[in-house]
Amino acid sequence: MMFKQRTNLWNNFWIYLILFTLFLFFVLPMIWLVVAPFSSKASLAVKITLPSLNNFRELFKNKIAMLAFKNSFIISFSSTVIVAITSMLAAYALSRTNFKWRSTLLYALLLFSTVVTGIAAMVPLFVLNLRLGLIDSYLSVIFVFIGGFLPVSIFIIKDFFDAIPKDYEEAAIVAGSTPSQGFFRIILPLSQQGMVVIALYIFMNTWGSFLMPFILLRSVNKYPVSVAIYTFFTQEGLPLLGLLSAYSLLYSLPVIVLYIIINRKFGFGFHGGLKG
Amino acid sequence: MHDVAFEKVTKKFGKVVAVNNISFQVNKGELFTLLGPSGCGKTTTLRLIAGLEIPQSGNIYIKGKNVEKLLPKDRNIGMVFQNYALFPHMNVFDNIAYPLKIRKQPQKEIIHKVTEIAKNLQTEELLSRKPNQISGGQQQRVALGRAMVQEPNVFLFDEPLSNLDAKLRTEARSFLKHIQKEMKTTAIYVTHDQKEAMAISDRIAILDKGVIMQIGTPKEVYKNPENVFVAGFIGDPPMNLLDCSIKYNQNKTVLDFLQFKLDISPIRDLVREKVNNEEVIVFGIRPEDITVEYKDISPNSIKGEVFVVERLGPETIIHVKIGDLILIVRDFSEPNINMGDTIWLKIDLNSVHIYKKEDGKIII
Repeated sequence: MMFKQRTNLWNNFWIYLILFTLFLFFVLPMIWLVVAPFSSKASLAVKITLPSLNNFRELFKNKIAMLAFKNSFIISFSSTVIVAITSMLAAYALSRTNFKWRSTLLYALLLFSTVVTGIAAMVPLFVLNLRLGLIDSYLSVIFVFIGGFLPVSIFIIKDFFDAIPKDYEEAAIVAGSTPSQGFFRIILPLSQQGMVVIALYIFMNTWGSFLMPFILLRSVNKYPVSVAIYTFFTQEGLPLLGLLSAYSLLYSLPVIVLYIIINRKFGFGFHGGLKG
Repeated sequence: MHDVAFEKVTKKFGKVVAVNNISFQVNKGELFTLLGPSGCGKTTTLRLIAGLEIPQSGNIYIKGKNVEKLLPKDRNIGMVFQNYALFPHMNVFDNIAYPLKIRKQPQKEIIHKVTEIAKNLQTEELLSRKPNQISGGQQQRVALGRAMVQEPNVFLFDEPLSNLDAKLRTEARSFLKHIQKEMKTTAIYVTHDQKEAMAISDRIAILDKGVIMQIGTPKEVYKNPENVFVAGFIGDPPMNLLDCSIKYNQNKTVLDFLQFKLDISPIRDLVREKVNNEEVIVFGIRPEDITVEYKDISPNSIKGEVFVVERLGPETIIHVKIGDLILIVRDFSEPNINMGDTIWLKIDLNSVHIYKKEDGKIII
């Protein structure tokens, strides 16, 4: 009996040790992200010094850094809106009509989209944009994002629509709606949560995407934040940690704020829709 | 003029013929029921009227107007779905008001009509609740309200009571009929429950495999089923249907069931012309048209053994075994019998039905 208890304790000790290491591993960068921007002499260590806003002051003077926020917003916002609207309409059609090869089409789309956004498609996408004369324009990045995220979001939204019984639309249609009124007044409100989740997903992903804008955009004044962050290096290639950390903090704020707002308003929990 | 008419309507899904060349008329103010087992085409027929399905051939008329080319929204129909299909994101008021809102009626009129209907359906205090906050019976009334509010040309009910528990169902059934008669709106009602159909309908159309087997008042389809299908479908317990062959002797006409024989000489003139000697036919008798006797007193009675006794209160259902055949008898006299007793059955020859074996059509 004693023996067994001791083994348990021993086992638990190791488990706690591993968990604590993991915890530090994940939490330290977060702490750094909050602490470093406010320290006057930022280093890679987490050191709490007298808080100063020097880093931010210098950052706000940097035109390219500030312009990058506008660029990021233009790219992410338009990609999100276009993908959300088009995938919503496409998913509805795919959910409510049945034709030969429907599921094949869906899976083919899903498969190709994961490849297209990946590194494998980097060169072809560059060549394609070059031929189209879109290199160094927002459009090139937006197009690639749309192409990349459309299949996944069609696929996910279609699942939401599939879960809504057809009876609702039929009831709306018999009650005097046109099919499109049925869609906008009944189906859309019912799948609101799914739409919001998809939109947030696309926004977060495009906001954080580095590779595509890095390849497709040439002029510094068109860089989104994810790329502009790399301008905070000295000529020797050393990072300017103070500016970098302050910029990173600003960079992560919109996504966090968006997440909080949406969570407040719609809730991502499962408790909302159930009875009782 | 009929309120709804079908003229040789056929609807196929791929190779499956759901509705096969059917024709019927529904009179003004009538409650007309489409009755049949699942997959018989009754719901498809209803959806054809609503415009949710388009027929391959034939004509459909609502109030004398050919409607096949009309969209559902232009047919002015009030439909109650089996699962009610109340819009979950709208409260009861908005659900009932939906048909009016979509037709852009003035706000004042909407409020007036919805509150009036809610009063009529005793759902006034529920108006601000969401569909998942009210009971099944209340949901059913709200669905009815949504169908009523636009004063439709015709009501369509797709098994509206099947999601309610048994006790509530009878209550909702009479309520539904009362509302329909009060509004004097023609209604087409779909159900697979023959008891419900009998209770609620002015006329019933019985369907099987996309074909109408018989149309008539509840009394007609019960008393004179035109074919074996209707005979076996209407009635609970159903009609006893047994195969037998007919034998015309010198002075007697006998039905031979192999296990027993039944002398039908008194009604022989009714069958003589229509059935050949030795021909196999289907014999039908309703459970209440058989009398139980405890002694072998009547000529032409059949000896049997009590197999099961079901005492249902006012009536008793007795399953009687004759050889390996079973006859079901309905008795209203609270008989003092038990399993294994020997009894004699007397069949009322005036209530006998005889059907052709090959196509199930009625002979007498």
